[in-house]
Amino acid sequence: MTPFTTLTSVAIPLARNNVDTDAIIPSREMRSTGRTGLADGLFAPWRYLDVDARVADPAFPLNDPRAVGAQILLGGENFGCGSSREHAVWALAEWGIRAVIAPSFAPIFKANALRNGLLPVELPVADWAWATLTIDLAAQTVNGVGFAIDAEAKLMLLEGLDAIALTLKARGAIDAWEAADRGVRPWVYLEAMR
Amino acid sequence: MPTLVDKIWDHHRAATTPGGADLIAIDRIFLHERTGAAALKSMAAAGRRVRDPARVFVGMDHIVDTRPGRSDQTLMPGGQGFISETRAAAKAAGLTIFDVSDPDQGIVHVISPELGIVLPGCTLVAPDSHTCTQGAFGALAWGIGSSEAEHAMVTGTLRLTRPKTMRIRLDGRLAAGVTAKDLALALLARFGAGGGAGHAVEYTGAAVAAMDMEARQTLCNMATEFSAFTGIIAPDEAAYAALAGRRYAPAAFDAPWWQSLHSDADAHFDAELALDAGQVAPMVSWGTSPEHSIAIDAALPAGPARAHDYIGLAAGTPIAGTPIDVAFIGSCTNSRLSDLRRAAALLKGRRIAPGIKKALVVPGSSAVKREAEAEGLHAVFQAAGFEWRESGCSLCFYAGGEGFPPGSRTISSTNRNFEGRQGPGIRTHIASPETVVASALAGVIADPRQIA
Ligand code: SF4
Repeated sequence: MTPFTTLTSVAIPLARNNVDTDAIIPSREMRSTGRTGLADGLFAPWRYLDVDARVADPAFPLNDPRAVGAQILLGGENFGCGSSREHAVWALAEWGIRAVIAPSFAPIFKANALRNGLLPVELPVADWAWATLTIDLAAQTVNGVGFAIDAEAKLMLLEGLDAIALTLKARGAIDAWEAADRGVRPWVYLEAMR
Repeated sequence: MPTLVDKIWDHHRAATTPGGADLIAIDRIFLHERTGAAALKSMAAAGRRVRDPARVFVGMDHIVDTRPGRSDQTLMPGGQGFISETRAAAKAAGLTIFDVSDPDQGIVHVISPELGIVLPGCTLVAPDSHTCTQGAFGALAWGIGSSEAEHAMVTGTLRLTRPKTMRIRLDGRLAAGVTAKDLALALLARFGAGGGAGHAVEYTGAAVAAMDMEARQTLCNMATEFSAFTGIIAPDEAAYAALAGRRYAPAAFDAPWWQSLHSDADAHFDAELALDAGQVAPMVSWGTSPEHSIAIDAALPAGPARAHDYIGLAAGTPIAGTPIDVAFIGSCTNSRLSDLRRAAALLKGRRIAPGIKKALVVPGSSAVKREAEAEGLHAVFQAAGFEWRESGCSLCFYAGGEGFPPGSRTISSTNRNFEGRQGPGIRTHIASPETVVASALAGVIADPRQIA
């Protein structure tokens, strides 16, 4: 995972509450079992006047000339609600978004974002539409305004750590836990039933 | 002092990470063909293996065809690849697959309890947001993404920060014609789609205790619409009776462990909400978020302009009487035997209105389908004008499958009314199976209490 330290970018405003992952990447835009090829379908029903012909809607913020190269998206309450599809995060990241600033996030979207180096910043969005913002993760600030983030998530992002590799280092503890648990809850372990 | 969630959490904590998170052991993992292959392929590409394949299960539900005589072909263009790639990757990893033609096939959240895969006090994850459904059995069950699914399969754990806890007390008794679905929608209407705010929500109170296990699943199912981490209900005799002796469950639940699975009387919750179930009427959604829900005899409130535009209904319009094109009974919210029984009881001897272009019943599992057929429910639906299908997610979401012209209006026993959820431009009204039936009979959104 690419480490996330600081980021300076124009912020694209998407001032809507309850933006769901079906809107971020509709099911019909998820054409393969892979994680790529999704940027083109990002926000498809909102971004295109004609989805099939890919005719851009100039009124949609992602199509604004100021959005070219932008890496920060401003969202509303409960951003990323709905389906657990990680494709929503992959599509945002592939398009170029590296941080979403919103007053609140749906929990699965937030977890998915963190696993992909996309920073979810929980902040009531100030007057930041099209402003150039600097996010400093170590200092936990956006243009000097502080935000809260879980210590574990921060560490993983700053270092760009691979969660699986890291957890595998704790294999001894996991094995010991399981050995003890087999005594308490033998019914959990199903290999004998196969 | 601890809550039920705390007890399950503490039991499953295998270690604490340097960042202060917990490594929580995962007892059960479920995958499906829509998101499962991504996790399995990425795992294989990294040269990693599943730690304990005996505890990972794979369902085929999301994009499988539901028309009679189905094969691997899907209505969704390219859908067959999802099925065949998931099947091949799951086989290679040694996982248990409930394949398209398997007698145990069905929506993963429906078949998990049928097979005794979910157990009280266990941790269960799936790359599917409605995994919270299974919290009805007292399991800590929640939806994750594909990366987390890969992590859980490879390490047997997830790295997590303990969620805050919330208790929702549902006192009183549901009135006749009012269901767990209406209660879930009433909670969303009252507290908003962000009301759960990432908390692990425990539902308690007399209304919950009085619910059968299927109604409890309906209630927990929509915890994700509430933006909760998950929903859970403390297991009682009804939960144990529903699971005892199922294929992957113990024959009896008699160890001391099972008796400990409840929040202590003085347990501390980070947040508390309450709703009097007795005051809830049949509910129906009017807009494009599940929080846009109102009583069936109410008029539309003033909501976001986008929502009114999309749904094509102005503030002040009574929701009842709105003409509909499509009626759908199905989904992990409302496709179990009791849902179908209640719907069929209302339909018996009647016919849907001529204006309805499509009416569909899709059982939640192949087992539900068989049981319903043994009771003759399929004949009631068919005589009334509903199509009777094979099990799957079907119209719950648009996988490029069965479409209708943009602007078509559905009354649907599902859980999401997002823009485009059931297809481009489709206007979805979510409600209980009873309300779907009443509306299909009337051709307009209608109150089920008036035909009961
Ligand atoms: S029935 Fe609908 S909500 Fe449930 S798992 Fe299938 S697609 Fe998801």
